Amino acid sequence: MATYTLKVRRYQPESGEGPFWEEFKVDLDPTLSVLDGILQAKDRDDGSLSVRCSCKAAICGSCGMKINGQSGLGCKTQIGEAQEKAEKVASVGNGKADGTPPILVEPMGNMPVIKDLITDMESTHWEKIRRVTPWLLPHGEAPEREYVVEPESMIDITQSMACIQCGACVSSCLSMEADPEFIGPAALAKAYRFVGDPRDAETKERLHDLADDPHGIYDCTHCFSCVDACPKGVAPMDQIMRLRRKAGEEGIVDPNNGHNHVNAFVKMIEKKGTNDEALLVQESYAPGIKGKLKPSKAAIKGLVESLPTVLRAIKTGKARSPAKVIPGIHPKLPGGAQDEVKAIYKHAEEHREEFNIYIRGEEDVEPEPDKPTAAAMAAEAQAAAESEEETA
Amino acid sequence: MKLAYWPGCVSRGFTTELHGSMAFTAEKLGIELVELDRANCCGAGIIAEHNQELADTLNARTFALAQQTGLAMMNICSTCQGAQSECQQRLDADSSYRAHINEVLSGQGLAYEKDKDGFTNKNFLWLLVEDYGLDQLAQKVVRPLSGLRVGPFYGCYVVRPKERLGYDEFPDRDLYLEKVIEVLGGEVVEYDGARKCCGFPVITMNRETSLRQAGTHVGDALDAGADCLVTPCPLCHLNLDMQQPEAAKIVNRDLGLAVLHLPQLVGLALGGEPKQLGMSKHIASTKWVEERLAGVPA
Repeated sequence: MATYTLKVRRYQPESGEGPFWEEFKVDLDPTLSVLDGILQAKDRDDGSLSVRCSCKAAICGSCGMKINGQSGLGCKTQIGEAQEKAEKVASVGNGKADGTPPILVEPMGNMPVIKDLITDMESTHWEKIRRVTPWLLPHGEAPEREYVVEPESMIDITQSMACIQCGACVSSCLSMEADPEFIGPAALAKAYRFVGDPRDAETKERLHDLADDPHGIYDCTHCFSCVDACPKGVAPMDQIMRLRRKAGEEGIVDPNNGHNHVNAFVKMIEKKGTNDEALLVQESYAPGIKGKLKPSKAAIKGLVESLPTVLRAIKTGKARSPAKVIPGIHPKLPGGAQDEVKAIYKHAEEHREEFNIYIRGEEDVEPEPDKPTAAAMAAEAQAAAESEEETA
Repeated sequence: MKLAYWPGCVSRGFTTELHGSMAFTAEKLGIELVELDRANCCGAGIIAEHNQELADTLNARTFALAQQTGLAMMNICSTCQGAQSECQQRLDADSSYRAHINEVLSGQGLAYEKDKDGFTNKNFLWLLVEDYGLDQLAQKVVRPLSGLRVGPFYGCYVVRPKERLGYDEFPDRDLYLEKVIEVLGGEVVEYDGARKCCGFPVITMNRETSLRQAGTHVGDALDAGADCLVTPCPLCHLNLDMQQPEAAKIVNRDLGLAVLHLPQLVGLALGGEPKQLGMSKHIASTKWVEERLAGVPA
């Protein structure tokens, strides 16, 4: 048993006052949860302290909150670990605290607060979930009994099916912080759950819908916040990347230049091995500008908007060499290395294997260390001989 | 200390001052860098978005080239770290998957072997704290950054996801910038954006969302009294520095905050001159940093 201080961000609308911080002392075993701490404070100190909760076992998804700034479930965060985190953060910088720092508890982000730790899930989370048509749209007449599918064909979507709708990922989303209209991690993970479902007949339409929306799949800034926030391992960002991959395979050209940018990047590395920035900017906005395709209005806007930045970079010397301003003259990798990269492209584009650790897991037993291949051994021997020659 | 060195694309593209300042700083620290000049782009998460196996094979090739040197590998870009760690996690998870990837590499006399000679790939920031050591760094400081108020800016790819990025073994990796700033004699500025996203990954897709993120973080750091930011990620640098005048328009306020690459900040404390460290190439002027180091009061 230990004593902890919870510093809770409170808001009591009926008081007419704005939000305020209040500290509560609680006595708990360190293996109990932050939610247990909040409920003890409510019981012992202030019955008006408001929080949603039900199962206390990370199943119902009710107690989403921010603990020391990290979005997650109150019931799945041990209070002892939360204390360690608070102390760690306070160990550097001008936050170096006298005495023991409190555990910070706040309502979820990116949502209006109704009261204390209770947020309005309806206006953000649920509205966005409904936005992606979260039900099956199958072909033709419903079968007499259930739909029959190969079990293997459903494995791919088990990860997105694990979602408990707690909203922790929405709370943590850094794209939504900058663009509240972003469809967001929970809804897009749910969208993948149906895009990947073999029974659904509207896959292409769904992908078009999500790619054509300027606040859709190409509005995700790839920050991994939702991956760390999710208490169930759904990794919503990974599902968004799967949606992008599938939209790309369908050849969907979106108004955000998302698909063009990916295409330009992938082709550029095949050709050059490293980033040719001038070519990437041009091709992202206006692929095939050399007579094949007319750049769209959006592409011209994008190129024109990047001009002042490029001019400033030329002025300071950042981008003064010709290779940085003229697309395509950036050098390839040296001495046959570019051919190695091309060979990798040929091999990988044939297989396109997707290894999902969530589904396949990591090997339980440590296998024997890899035996070097004969070719690798020969190459190593040659490298050793060469370096000996050099020393000689 | 001798390392296999992957500088990444951007340090040789729009942020050459990073490549140069790393060379300067490594020499001052007594670190020998063996540059992997045949290695390819990490894919920045974009190639994985298109074809995961392609990204995994391209990075397995880079690891195999590093393993041939028998040295530990270092990168100087948070994004390279994140993209490469993601591929390495999959490669290390399963020997049959690894064998499949090595099929194509073996034709090139290469193979990625899990844990070969304790193989690691670390960002300069991690390496500085975990392998070089802050005590040793402190001994090399000849010009303490006294009074310089520095805001850390990590870049998403070295802070998340924690489970993939070795936080079980090194739980303080999201505090290393603060520790380094303090060892160099500077003062840490706390502000909201230190571990948030700079917005760069969507600059060509959703310019406004992207620049709002960059502008907000720079503004928050200014409001908290920062003299400059420091980042181990050149892609963050592109959005925070190169795009700063554009970001200022989106957030509708004056900005003007110097953003230093990590090797530049370390290099200053090791006696490097701002020009030598390429600071004149920045878009947001670094003059104020020079003045503060010369003793001009805040």
